[in-house]
Amino acid sequence: MEYILENLNQSLLFRNFVEVLLGLDNTLLLLIISLPVGFILSLIFAIGRVSENKLISKTIASYIFIIRGTPLLVQIYLIYFGLGSIVYIRESFLWYLLREPFWCGVLALTINTVAYGSEIFRGGIQSVTKGQIESGLSLGFNKLMLLRKVILPIALRKVLPSYGNELILMVKATSLVSLTTYMEMTGIARKIMAKTFAPVEAFIAAGILYLFLNFLMVQFVKYLEWKYNPHLRVSES
Amino acid sequence: MFKFEKLVFGDLGWGDEFLFATLMTITVSILSMGLGLCLAIITVWAKLITNKITRLIANFYTTVVRGVPELLVIYLIFFGGNSVVMSVAKLFGYNGYIELNALTIGTIAIAFISATYSSEVLRAAYLAVNKGQVEAAKALGLSKIQIFFRVIGPQILRHALPGIGNVWQITLKDTSLISVTGLVEIMRQTRIASNVEHSPLTFLVTAAFLYLFLTTFSGKFFKVLELNYSKGYN
Repeated sequence: MEYILENLNQSLLFRNFVEVLLGLDNTLLLLIISLPVGFILSLIFAIGRVSENKLISKTIASYIFIIRGTPLLVQIYLIYFGLGSIVYIRESFLWYLLREPFWCGVLALTINTVAYGSEIFRGGIQSVTKGQIESGLSLGFNKLMLLRKVILPIALRKVLPSYGNELILMVKATSLVSLTTYMEMTGIARKIMAKTFAPVEAFIAAGILYLFLNFLMVQFVKYLEWKYNPHLRVSES
Repeated sequence: MFKFEKLVFGDLGWGDEFLFATLMTITVSILSMGLGLCLAIITVWAKLITNKITRLIANFYTTVVRGVPELLVIYLIFFGGNSVVMSVAKLFGYNGYIELNALTIGTIAIAFISATYSSEVLRAAYLAVNKGQVEAAKALGLSKIQIFFRVIGPQILRHALPGIGNVWQITLKDTSLISVTGLVEIMRQTRIASNVEHSPLTFLVTAAFLYLFLTTFSGKFFKVLELNYSKGYN
């Protein structure tokens, strides 16, 4: 056993792997905050996007248009470097958050995922057939009840696969936060490369961890689909 | 805070630099999209022929590249690509130092990423073509090549165009990542300009507008193309 450990410690890939693993919590922290917040905001934005109020729906539509038309890197830089250069913000309480690369990353990721997520949810909400809404109305549901009991359950079930895709894109997007000096897995891999001059080993170690993270995400989405779409389950026989 | 005067053309501003950077972004996007489509065609072919080994390799490639952050792929190819090329050259008896330039490396890296997305689109489009069409073509006595170029190909194109449009948008936005290799495209130019002028907001907003302009107009272009290709169906 000791011999194996000794050998493993000799291997650069294994040592890199352990070192990159220490950055996993930083990657997860980004996701743990931005994914739930993004999910809730996406729902709210999607409902606003389909609302009859032109002002609200147009504002949200242009927000989605701008965010989906620009790279995430621009958004991260705009928040990290751009907002920091405004004197007004530097003097306000916001500066306590925005001077940390972590909170800039969380903010950028949330803004990004809300734009994509709300577009996905909008598709789900609009795919709810008129008959279902009418039958809800005929039961005497008011707007909120209709949303809670009829529209959202149907819409959310329908969009699960595409929202799962978005979740995986988000896991991958966290790597960009490393460009604002935040030390998550990609940042650490980059540091290892600068130290050891062995790029392939460093980035493969990080890549394996990202693959594992995405594998877990896929399983999670699959479980949700299995649980909430029982009518689509394939029979065992 | 926002310095408009820094965006003029000529020696006083960064206008012309940004113009060249935009052209560079477009060049890299088109090159990597084209290379990516070629790679995607090979990948789809490898997935569809009844050979377990090629299918395994193709599936491994798409799964790994799509499961790993784009930035990591670019880092790996940028920092690791040279040594790979050099070891290949060594096999052929060349022992000197070879350095690929940033444009080549960036194009290859982005192409590797966009090929995985394009291959899914093309595969779905291929499967969407009705089997009866091929049988009808065979009944007419067309050769395999004729069937592909005259019957299947045009229909794949029609089914794939919306998806290809999406992949193009993703590719265009992914090119912002190869600024880490030092290639002077929009993002790199933005960093340079904001470091010189100490006014990041000005140039970052400019970059955002340039990207927005590019994605919007190419989106319009693809819309027109789609309409053109589905003429017989409307």
